[in-house]
Amino acid sequence: MEIIQTDVAIIGAGGAGLRAAIGLVEADPRLRVALISKVYPMRSHTCAAEGGAAGVVKGDDSLQHHFHDTVGGGDWLSDQDAVEYFVREAPGELTQLEHWGCPWSREPNGSVAVRPFGGMKIQRTWFAADKSGFHILHTLFQTSLKYPAIERYDEYYATDLLVDDGRCQGLMAIEMRSGRIVRFNAKAVIIATGGAGRMFPFTTNGAIKTGDGMALAYRAGVPLKDMEFVQYHPTGLPNTGILLTEACRGEGGVLVNKHGRRYLQDYDMGPETPLGHPVLKTMELGPRDRVSQAFYHEQQKGNTISTPWGDCTLLDMRHLGQKVIDERLPFVRELSTSYLSVDPVTDPVPVRPVVHYMMGGIHTNSKAATPLAGLFAAGECACVSINGANRLGSNSLTEIVVFGKRAALSAAEYVSSGSRRGNEAALAAKAVQSQARIRSLFEKTNGTETIAGLRGEMMQTMEKNAGIYRTAEGLQEACAKLSELRSRYPNIGLHDKTNVYNTDLLQALELGCMLDCAEAVARGALERKESRGAHQRLDFTARDDVKYLKHTMAYYHPKEPARIDYLDVVITTSKPGVRDYSGAKK
Amino acid sequence: MAEQVNRKPYVREVSPTRWFLRDRRYMRYMAREVTCLFIGAYTLMLLVGIARLAQGPAAYEAFLAALREPASIVFQVLTLGFALYHTTTWFNVTPKALPLQIGEEFVPGGAVAGAHYVLWALISVVILFLAGVF
Amino acid sequence: MSERLMQLEVLRYNPESDGETRFQSYEVPCRDEWVVLDALNYVKEHLDPTLSYRWSCHMAVCGSCGMMVNGEPKLACKAFVRDYPEHIRIEPLAHFPVERDLVTVIEDFVSKLASVKPYLIPKKEQPLSSGEYLQTPAQLKKYKQYTLCINCMLCYSACPEYGLIPAFIGPAAITLAHRYNQDSRDGGRNERQEVIAQQVGVWECNFVGACSEVCPKHVDPASALQQVKVASTMDWYKEHLMPWLNK
Repeated sequence: MEIIQTDVAIIGAGGAGLRAAIGLVEADPRLRVALISKVYPMRSHTCAAEGGAAGVVKGDDSLQHHFHDTVGGGDWLSDQDAVEYFVREAPGELTQLEHWGCPWSREPNGSVAVRPFGGMKIQRTWFAADKSGFHILHTLFQTSLKYPAIERYDEYYATDLLVDDGRCQGLMAIEMRSGRIVRFNAKAVIIATGGAGRMFPFTTNGAIKTGDGMALAYRAGVPLKDMEFVQYHPTGLPNTGILLTEACRGEGGVLVNKHGRRYLQDYDMGPETPLGHPVLKTMELGPRDRVSQAFYHEQQKGNTISTPWGDCTLLDMRHLGQKVIDERLPFVRELSTSYLSVDPVTDPVPVRPVVHYMMGGIHTNSKAATPLAGLFAAGECACVSINGANRLGSNSLTEIVVFGKRAALSAAEYVSSGSRRGNEAALAAKAVQSQARIRSLFEKTNGTETIAGLRGEMMQTMEKNAGIYRTAEGLQEACAKLSELRSRYPNIGLHDKTNVYNTDLLQALELGCMLDCAEAVARGALERKESRGAHQRLDFTARDDVKYLKHTMAYYHPKEPARIDYLDVVITTSKPGVRDYSGAKK
Repeated sequence: MAEQVNRKPYVREVSPTRWFLRDRRYMRYMAREVTCLFIGAYTLMLLVGIARLAQGPAAYEAFLAALREPASIVFQVLTLGFALYHTTTWFNVTPKALPLQIGEEFVPGGAVAGAHYVLWALISVVILFLAGVF
Repeated sequence: MSERLMQLEVLRYNPESDGETRFQSYEVPCRDEWVVLDALNYVKEHLDPTLSYRWSCHMAVCGSCGMMVNGEPKLACKAFVRDYPEHIRIEPLAHFPVERDLVTVIEDFVSKLASVKPYLIPKKEQPLSSGEYLQTPAQLKKYKQYTLCINCMLCYSACPEYGLIPAFIGPAAITLAHRYNQDSRDGGRNERQEVIAQQVGVWECNFVGACSEVCPKHVDPASALQQVKVASTMDWYKEHLMPWLNK
């Protein structure tokens, strides 16, 4: 078995992973960094993010405001010390991206422009037309090419962490092009693998978002935190789930039901604001959880429009005019026209809420460190938590660079803080064990289950029982179903028994990761008997700060359901209050 | 899982002589490039004409008579056609090589190409005038 | 919702068992709004899980799913089945070695991309504390188009020069160099010229223009390459005829 020696191994080469890699070699040029990803970096799902990245930069704004918007938007489940760090570091990190060449959109005087975004009281979202994530990813990837110390391992799929003596000391991975299993010896590991939206059938997420890194940490004993908080983005295309950025509404687009009514005013986000003149933090610029929940209620009332792909409401952007759309939302126009044959310049676009982001993930502190020594995590796969129970749009692109860098600094500190000897015999034994696990899946004959079958059943139960609104019955059904699917998983028989670029094996491994993560989602949701942010229960409709101003901590068991425990939320200056998105406030 | 490397990437050969036959786009490109053969031949013919002129009126008259032969007329018409094709395709892509940004916007490609056509027409008129056509 | 029964003829290649590539046919009931990628996913899910191909975003922004569809380089997620007759032939992207089925070896492209120094080399370094480099909307527009490349390599597939002369640096890589050359904040043009003004750089380009015709993001790499040729020529003249301009 090939053994690759490195100082820090980063799993995942999207925005957070690339930022961490650059952060490491800039902090200490002598560090060797292995950047490991199951796809080439430019394919990472960061590329699909559209709207922008939030950071305080204009004179009328303040860190306090960004802090309060984020904490309130998160329904007070955010760790406020982490949010303080986040809002403070944000402007510098976004400026750093600009210094690396990111083509931010500009004011006429040449300074960076900002646009309005949901849940933010003051405009602070930096944007690069409506392809902000794409430009951030390519800026980071191209900048990383400056540093030969970053060794890239493209299309390597990480299968297990190597943990011994209470420390993470490396990982196992499959080199996809040859099928070989390789071992990475590392003094520290950073996980930056993104979310797991593909456990749901309708999602903005690309094929690669299967929770692999979350599962790696989870199985190594690190708890997954707040997994039940799954964000639905209010405006996805109904057939494909393709994202139409929140910026559509930031620029003035409105949501109407089948009667032509801007229905958000019926859900405490009114009064109706003038067409084309959005008022921050109300109506269509309310937070994502509230806007998606309004859709659900409209659907119950029969106010949604029936399309061949399910119920929708309409996103109307016609009043913005062609010039504004072509300048600030060109990608949106292209997507809607190509994939739905609807041109937003002339017609309203049918949309529905689709799964978009996971607030939950690998438990880290505000320094991106997990409880396992030597293991760090950043980006969507991690839960610090700054997003709490509901993430505000444009906080995530900022999160990946702020915590990508933070993870790098923490890992560099950890590496330089002492030389720790590894027990080669113990590590080699664990490596062999990991290899055997993959081999048994690979070599299984007489399999009775199919990947597509189990995956379909998982998606179906998540959609039905762990959607925007949940009940005890539904969640119990989901938990039972997922336990059943996990027990059926070892009976999968692969059709592809070859070594070179075996995507059958890959999909089987990804499914295993999704099943573990989905179980944590369902179980966390079942145990949280309240409604908060994106987790809404029809049987527990109120927020319960007495019992549940805490993070859900899910602990892995290979066969049994996840064990659920709780961790207090860090409150500093913002006491839990009322989330008021009505225009009637002063 | 196999320890040895199992890869054997397959290289699909491209024929160095027939590559342009597999795609209409490539054939259009080759047609554009092939025009240079005709234009080159025409240039040689003009050089021959100048040489004949230097050899005296009899030689020059023989040259002009040869130009009026049917085969020669066909050649000249073809070459004119190819020259026009080459010129129009060239003018139409010139804006890509010379983008003109005035303020925030770029001068539309049509205007840049159009200016070339206008200049071409003017120069043609001047030359025809000098040649005594009118 | 109507469906159309389509015949997919897909190139297969497994290096462990095949000496040559071969074709395999699949019958796929395709919905109206499907793209070729949806048809391939149907094959993998219902007919043949051994088929390997790359894909992710399904919205033409990650660049993973480049393939030849009826002989034309396309993104599988942007090739609408409604635009094709019943029979669709799918092959891996031309001019790249085939690793397995529809998966190509793209190392050549990735290394060429890295070779042109595709990162900002600031004209005048300024600390983060002084804020962003100023750049007017007009300055942004000058290079904006060339930032849109998703690295899908359809242009390399379409380019006959790259097919005949594999050492050619190629459209996307040179266009990316040009993107930075045109960025008002950048001062690294001379460094990049050393790479892209070589024979295997821009001078291997004969302006066939196929690259721009197939580019799914309308980057127009052909225009970038011609502009680099003009700039490179001007450089040559300045260097040789006006040596007093060089320090």
